[in-house]
Amino acid sequence: MSVRSAARLNRVSAPTQPADRSGSDLAAARQKQAGRRRLNVLGGRVLVAVVVLGGWELGSRIGVIDKFFWSQPSEIASTLWRWFTEGTDLGPLWEQVLVTMEETVGGFLVGSVLGVIFGVVLGRNRLLADVLGPYIKGANAIPRVVVGALFAVSLGLDIRAKIATAAVLVFFVVFFNAFQGVREVDRNLIANARILGADNRRLTTEIIIPSALSWIAASLHTSFGLALVGAVVGELFGATEGIGELIYLSKNLFDTAGVFAGMALLAATALVAEALITALEDRLIRWRPPVATEVRI
Amino acid sequence: MTPAIELRGVTKRFLTPSGGVYTALHDLNMSVEPGEFCSVVGPTGCGKSTTLALISGLEPASEGEVDVFGKPVAGIADGIGYVFQSDAVFPWKTVLGNVAAGPRYHGASNRDASERARDWIARVGLAGFEDRYPYQLSGGMRKRVALAQSLINSPRILLMDEPFSALDVQTRTLMENELLSLWSASSASVVFVTHDLEEAISLSDRVFVITAGPGTVKSTYKVDLPRPRNVAEIRFEPRFVAIYEEIWKDLRDEVLVSYERQKRGAA
Ligand SMILES: Nc1ncnc2c1ncn2[C@@H]1O[C@H](COP(=O)(O)OP(=O)(O)O)[C@@H](O)[C@H]1O
Ligand SMILES: [Mg+2]
Repeated sequence: MSVRSAARLNRVSAPTQPADRSGSDLAAARQKQAGRRRLNVLGGRVLVAVVVLGGWELGSRIGVIDKFFWSQPSEIASTLWRWFTEGTDLGPLWEQVLVTMEETVGGFLVGSVLGVIFGVVLGRNRLLADVLGPYIKGANAIPRVVVGALFAVSLGLDIRAKIATAAVLVFFVVFFNAFQGVREVDRNLIANARILGADNRRLTTEIIIPSALSWIAASLHTSFGLALVGAVVGELFGATEGIGELIYLSKNLFDTAGVFAGMALLAATALVAEALITALEDRLIRWRPPVATEVRI
Repeated sequence: MTPAIELRGVTKRFLTPSGGVYTALHDLNMSVEPGEFCSVVGPTGCGKSTTLALISGLEPASEGEVDVFGKPVAGIADGIGYVFQSDAVFPWKTVLGNVAAGPRYHGASNRDASERARDWIARVGLAGFEDRYPYQLSGGMRKRVALAQSLINSPRILLMDEPFSALDVQTRTLMENELLSLWSASSASVVFVTHDLEEAISLSDRVFVITAGPGTVKSTYKVDLPRPRNVAEIRFEPRFVAIYEEIWKDLRDEVLVSYERQKRGAA
């Protein structure tokens, strides 16, 4: 978000502040400095990868690391390459990735929408919140991945079982954020909207939900990660395709390289999703000032 | 003629978090004529904001009657504009979205509402800023948005709660003059809350002095300065100074009472 927000800020201030000579010098120096920093960061990252992967490879070659249990980078790479070129035991690789993505996004959407609806309704209705409160807290206390087992039984190998598992994980995070967001709406904004003529429906859609959204947006990263966890756990409980199933299969064959290759795929998928989420978050809270000190990993 | 606003024997009590009862207003009587510009001055915590909340219908009175155009207030009525003490523009709406909110809530189409909003944005001097979010505006600009947001509904009564107290002196004088010209082009009655006596006198037809809490009207002063006024200059006129001295004698006692209480509360 930081880069795009900064661009936004520039767009706003640019026309009103013609940069003078010293200003442009300063900007050039700043840019040079930023460029050098980026290079350093990139170099550092490559170094970390070389040290970790190289150490791992070396360790397994000289026998410090047991290759059977911990595999080795070259083998993982060749497994990935084989999956990529010849397909996996379950079919073409892209299909596995696509299936897991579908489950993740599906679970994320279902869980978020339900979370927002429940959060807003309970946040608006004191009585309902008091009645349902203990049940929701209780349900939240259960390690929720176990519902995957339930859905595997009731919905079978179907994609719906994974979506449901992912949705349950996402639901609680979004729900609690939405609930809190509704509760913390600025009283002044509500008063203002009512004076301006907003009815209850408008109050909900134009004040309560946008206010809650800023809370929910903060939880998007966490909840998307949880959706991925839900999808993979769902696949572990029983599936015919997907990255989780790929990992499960490799595990049964004592193929640790396959397990690691699956993990690498998940990581790559998560990184791509992360970028998408950042874009979504940026859209949702465009109205908020960019946080200059923000550190994002 | 029926007054635009009339409060008769109004008392307002609040339940405090500790379970006690706090009387914010006690037996308050006040009436404002249609088209009149009135100011309410008094020490902090004397119940000025509470008075506005009662007139707007945001809060019910505990005792007494609050009438607006001869009708008892029951909930939020149409035709009232309210500029809040703290920032109350919607942070997730642009300037245009904020100003267009009122007409939209009253059933105008999006296009119609935007068109009217653009007109009002220009009138409060914010043309060119339609697409900005509140965080991208200065405090003075946000107040202009709040003003346009209220005035676009053509309120018959405009309630303003220390709207300019957070602004620097220059911006404030500008805004005061703009408010006067916007008001004179409308037929609205204004109740303007402020703790600044100079501001109160230079804007108003009448000034109400409220006692230290529980608040009640201590005295009312007519300000017979000619209009149109220039707020930046009027404060040097002999008549202004005379009125100021007269009201200040009255107000000072209340401020002192309130100050003593706060000191004791803090000690
Ligand atoms: N909702 C509330 N609950 C309890 N006390 C309140 C509430 N609103 C205002 N008060 C109290 O009433 C008194 C008057 O408040 P207010 O009208 O805001 O004063 P001011 O003249 O500064 O605007 C204050 O002492 C304040 O603490
Ligand atoms: Mg106040």
